[in-house]
Amino acid sequence: MFSRDRWDEILEALNANKFRTFLTAFGVFWGITILVLLLALTNGLKNGVTADFGDFATNSMFMWTRGTSKPYKGLPKGRNFNYKINDIAAIKSEIPNLKYVSPRNQLGGYNGANNVTRGTKTGAFEIYGDYPEFINQQPLDILQGRFISYSDIDAKRKICVIGTGVEKGLYDKGEAVLGTYVKINGVNFLVVGTFKMSNSQGDDEQDASTIYIPFTTFGQAFNRGEDVGWMAITAVDDVSITSLKQQVFDLMKFRHKVDPTDDRAIGHFDLSEQFGRVNGLFSILSLVGYFVGALVLMSGIIGISNIMLIVVKERTKEIGVRRALGASPWNIKSQILQESLILTILSGMVGISFSAFVVWVMNAILDNVGPVQNFANPSVDISVIVIALIILVVSGLLAGLIPANSATKMKPVDALRIE
Amino acid sequence: MIQIKDLHKSYHMGTNSLHVLKGINFDVKEGELVSIMGSSGSGKSTLLNILGMLDEADEGQYILDGVPIKNLNEKIAAQYRNQFLGFIFQSFNLINYKSALDNVSMPLYYKGVKRKERTEKAMHYLEKVGLAQWSHHLPSELSGGQKQRVAIARALASDPKVLLADEPTGALDTKTSYEVMDLIQGINDEGKTILVVTHEDDIAHMTKRIVNLKDGVIIDDSPVEQIRASAHV
Repeated sequence: MFSRDRWDEILEALNANKFRTFLTAFGVFWGITILVLLLALTNGLKNGVTADFGDFATNSMFMWTRGTSKPYKGLPKGRNFNYKINDIAAIKSEIPNLKYVSPRNQLGGYNGANNVTRGTKTGAFEIYGDYPEFINQQPLDILQGRFISYSDIDAKRKICVIGTGVEKGLYDKGEAVLGTYVKINGVNFLVVGTFKMSNSQGDDEQDASTIYIPFTTFGQAFNRGEDVGWMAITAVDDVSITSLKQQVFDLMKFRHKVDPTDDRAIGHFDLSEQFGRVNGLFSILSLVGYFVGALVLMSGIIGISNIMLIVVKERTKEIGVRRALGASPWNIKSQILQESLILTILSGMVGISFSAFVVWVMNAILDNVGPVQNFANPSVDISVIVIALIILVVSGLLAGLIPANSATKMKPVDALRIE
Repeated sequence: MIQIKDLHKSYHMGTNSLHVLKGINFDVKEGELVSIMGSSGSGKSTLLNILGMLDEADEGQYILDGVPIKNLNEKIAAQYRNQFLGFIFQSFNLINYKSALDNVSMPLYYKGVKRKERTEKAMHYLEKVGLAQWSHHLPSELSGGQKQRVAIARALASDPKVLLADEPTGALDTKTSYEVMDLIQGINDEGKTILVVTHEDDIAHMTKRIVNLKDGVIIDDSPVEQIRASAHV
């Protein structure tokens, strides 16, 4: 279909009126540029917002206790209660499809007082009592040594794993960390590992100002006994935590003598639901991107169709001559179709390259000024480009269809008579 | 070469119907040079369009080189035009953004001739009409007579059976008209069948036979003593 002669024909025709060809092409160029840029920006927004979720296993929820709001079984309302360590085993045994149930305790926190000392250096850090599987819920990069193990839990060893922020605050540069002791609230802990947040984006510093110690040690050293501050619960991959959480709440209410209808008593944050909501939001945003981009592109395509109609009109006589010389209707049609196709694809390619360049510039600027709130790494993946190209080809054909038909509608004798 | 029997054609404009050809009968043998004369409205252009398969008759028979021309779809009509006919128009109808050479090679392109062969043939016909050194000029850079010679070369390019010329000298001055007629006579001398529509007496007398049309019927069809155009140049 595309022989060299055909190429020559098409290029000659497009070259015959360069300015008009350029203006026509610009419509499609602009449409595809806007389409790709919209999708890239949506992607950037999505990357930025999902980075805030960190790497935490998304099919998870956090659950804590609040005061009861209803009296029940002779117990007054406004009663505080705590989860106990044996709740964990109960949840694990009674509710299937849960992957991890991690009890957690916490000391210190945002803007907390200094709670860790080493020699003359002190710092305010977040101290977590955790189980070994917590690292599967919150991925950490262990830089040196190891994470908490079950023998630490069983023996209630006073060991700790510290973040890079802690290391920076308590140690001199290049100082050996493993095997040293830090004093947390007056209790000495042996440092057995260091970590940083995997793929952390934004406030690394704060993320890594964290110390993990065995959950059992935490309870003993800081007088928590059997109490569990809160839990991080992750469901297996193909079951949503959202569908399981009510069972967990019911079990907890039963075990702690809370009115089954008392929804205030248990606080929770459903990461999966939030994540799903954000994901849904971005699916809609991409859809809007496609929609708006496609509409802008469509006006470009209508422009091409329009110009091709004028071109056909102007060349009515030429088309008549060609038919007198032996061009079949299909010869004429396919030439018009190919002209519009090439015009569309060519200008679309330029548009894609241009928007890719703009995205590259945006990324370069972002790299230079550092992270921006809720926006990171605007990009379009190859599938978007492929879709854009398919849209271009289809629309190029559509744009040429009406003009191509009108080109051969007129009888050659009438076409020749036109001056 | 051409046999026409009882050809009718009428045009309908709203409720009015205009009967343009009212039963035309004539034959053209191979190698003839025929002029079709008549005042405007006599139906001569309509006849030529039907002969050129650009238009279709309502009634009657048209046989071209043994092939009945009837109920053609556009695809086959295009093929036949390419294969059997060469057109020469009053207003030349060259494609203005193509060089003379490309214009001449266009029928060959639609015939499916390979590029190299096409260029060679087109060059050959340009030489024949004496415009070899103008082959890369655009039509806008050529004079009227040169344009018509390019058009003649184009009509010859696909080696058709019949040349159909619609007022080939209508847009040219007398001197160039005679030059063009000289060329046409030369081509006829080589054996090509040519039909010329004209309303100029002197041009008609440069052919070998004059068919006179009036109000859609042939009123006179007689051979004439051919006047050589070269005598006037």
